[in-house]
Amino acid sequence: MLKVENLHVEVAGKIILKGLDLTISAGEVHAIMGPNGSGKSTLSNVLAGKPGYTIIKGSISFDGAAIDELSPEQRARMGIFLAFQYPVEIPGVSNMEFLKAASDSIYKHRALEPESSMDFIKRARQLSALVDLDQGFLKRGVNEGFSGGEKKRNEILQLLMLQPRLAILDETDSGLDIDALKTVSEGINSYKNSDNAVLLITHYQRLLNHIQPDFVHVLADGKIVRSGDHNLATELEAKGYAWLTDTAA
Amino acid sequence: MSNSEINKLIERTYSAGFVTDIESDTMPPGLNETVVRAISARKKEPEWLLDWRLKAYKHWCTLTPPDWGHMNFGSIDFDSISYFSAPKSQADRPASLDEVDPELLKTYEKLGIPLHEHAALAGVAVDVVFDSVSIATTFKKKLREAGVIFCSFSEAVTEHPDLVKKYLGTVVSYRDNFYASLNAAVFSDGSFVFIPKGVTCPMELSTYFRINELNTGQFERTLIIAEESAKVSYLEGCTAPMRDENQLHAAVVELIALDDADIKYSTVQNWYPGDKDGKGGIYNFVTKRGACIGDRSKISWTQVETGSAITWKYPSVVLRGDNSIGEFYSVALTHNHQQADTGTKMIHLGKNTRSTIVSKGICAGKSQNTYRGLVRVSPAAANSRNYTQCDSLLIGDTCGAHTFPYIESGRSDAVIEHEATTSTVNEEQLFLCQQRGIDADKAISMIVNGFCKEVFRELPMEFAVEAGKLLEVSLEGAVG
Repeated sequence: MLKVENLHVEVAGKIILKGLDLTISAGEVHAIMGPNGSGKSTLSNVLAGKPGYTIIKGSISFDGAAIDELSPEQRARMGIFLAFQYPVEIPGVSNMEFLKAASDSIYKHRALEPESSMDFIKRARQLSALVDLDQGFLKRGVNEGFSGGEKKRNEILQLLMLQPRLAILDETDSGLDIDALKTVSEGINSYKNSDNAVLLITHYQRLLNHIQPDFVHVLADGKIVRSGDHNLATELEAKGYAWLTDTAA
Repeated sequence: MSNSEINKLIERTYSAGFVTDIESDTMPPGLNETVVRAISARKKEPEWLLDWRLKAYKHWCTLTPPDWGHMNFGSIDFDSISYFSAPKSQADRPASLDEVDPELLKTYEKLGIPLHEHAALAGVAVDVVFDSVSIATTFKKKLREAGVIFCSFSEAVTEHPDLVKKYLGTVVSYRDNFYASLNAAVFSDGSFVFIPKGVTCPMELSTYFRINELNTGQFERTLIIAEESAKVSYLEGCTAPMRDENQLHAAVVELIALDDADIKYSTVQNWYPGDKDGKGGIYNFVTKRGACIGDRSKISWTQVETGSAITWKYPSVVLRGDNSIGEFYSVALTHNHQQADTGTKMIHLGKNTRSTIVSKGICAGKSQNTYRGLVRVSPAAANSRNYTQCDSLLIGDTCGAHTFPYIESGRSDAVIEHEATTSTVNEEQLFLCQQRGIDADKAISMIVNGFCKEVFRELPMEFAVEAGKLLEVSLEGAVG
């Protein structure tokens, strides 16, 4: 599904990713872990096509097609979804209006008639209950006045509503208490199936207790320095990153 | 998204096009007493109105244009302007829609303007626009039955001279300001509304009449009177971009509300704003004021301003009656080199008077957008209250938003609240929308419409939908 080869990325004159390789197939859950400043957020942003991130070498392809040159909305319509680490507020634009506009544009890209408003609202209500958000949140402005945890759950609601092919979750676990972490993890687990894939970006092992990854990668200084199964995460929890980053350096 | 990218995308072009034709029946440029007399004679006006115009003209000669606005434009040569144009002859107009700029028609379509109105708006020489004329006739009959007078200003002078004489200039005197004096001297035509005691106007005025109101000229004058317990909602303007050859517009609107009367005045203004380098565009200097003369009366202004190169406009309310209410809800959008200095004045004279001001300024390109407002509580206005909320939204980093609130309180028991915010449409918001599949144009329009929600809520239903679309079309390509 996703193939990243020898990716070098520059942000504001600084090279952050230095030859990153990553292949994700349908049905897989990958976790990328790494210390602060290793390039984790850069990777999620560059996959989503955020302006300001320049690919200087290497390539990204999605379902066999190069996407390096595509706009963020084109990538999103193809099925790449990024759950933000710090979701922003859009005052006055209701969650429902926002979600419907997003969904319609994705349907249009697939040459499908947009989902009827009735069906859409019904689905939104069911799924907001699943992530433990009151239905009132659907009418409120996007993230407007939401607490940190509510914003994260709202990201998961969007994920469930839009049903992308690849979900990139950028430190979705940060700032969550134990109950919220559980709710968010359940949401992600209910999304997961054999046709889609999940890329978890996280500092900590604790999210991986709830969502078991098939692969764990350690990102250090812009490169993946070690890959393994979920046991690698446990090892990292015990030993920290230093033993890997030192060998990488 | 970087600011340079935002700037690149801000460069929209006015989809309306702007056509200049040579007028055949126009007075020579310049203003003097002979011109004022000629205008009055042409309109076959009574002596008292001519006198009033002449007094206004003489007063105007003593004035200089106001220069306190936060705006920058060359001085206007008032001697180069022609102060009377006969309605355009049919021969000067495009003969059919085929001759009209297709971009203009596209804009009408985007705005959802009914097809039968396209020709009239584009200035096509059609004898009658059948649909709208028949609708207009039906509604005129209904208004007559209710006792409502709604006609052109000229017609009112002929048919209802006593009413015009009684109220004309009572809210905005011919001495009020430079542009109001100019208007009083040379006003071309406009609308007149009279709602008799106890009558609720059976429909929103002007929706069905907007086509007939075209070509009222550059010096429009409107007078609306609501007698005791009367109620009216008046809609001015049109979301459709309109052609106009006159660069200077100086309109005057006077509203009068007697005891328990309620006047709601909504405006959507979309005059030509000039090209992306700031060339051309309408200069719009408007004096709008309502007087709540009666106790418990209410006047509410709602405006959506997206057009004009220069906007200078402060729809105000004088709260004379006890327990009277004044409201001002405004969205002002500027783009490219547009400059807007707009706001309101709430003058509290009566006891227990209340006013609410909600102003939303949206600023893109190299434009300058200023809110200027005065809240004055006179020593007699016991227990008065004002709430002001003034928000600015900036798109890109080459525009400017400014706020000049003036508060003068002569009472210690007055409650005056002022809230102000300035925010930007930032890269993160745009990226969030795009990451969910929404393209940048749609995203900007959603963000801006969300920002304006409180004002759009005040617009009559039909206008609210059009206004939302108007912002979308006006900001097309503003950010991507």
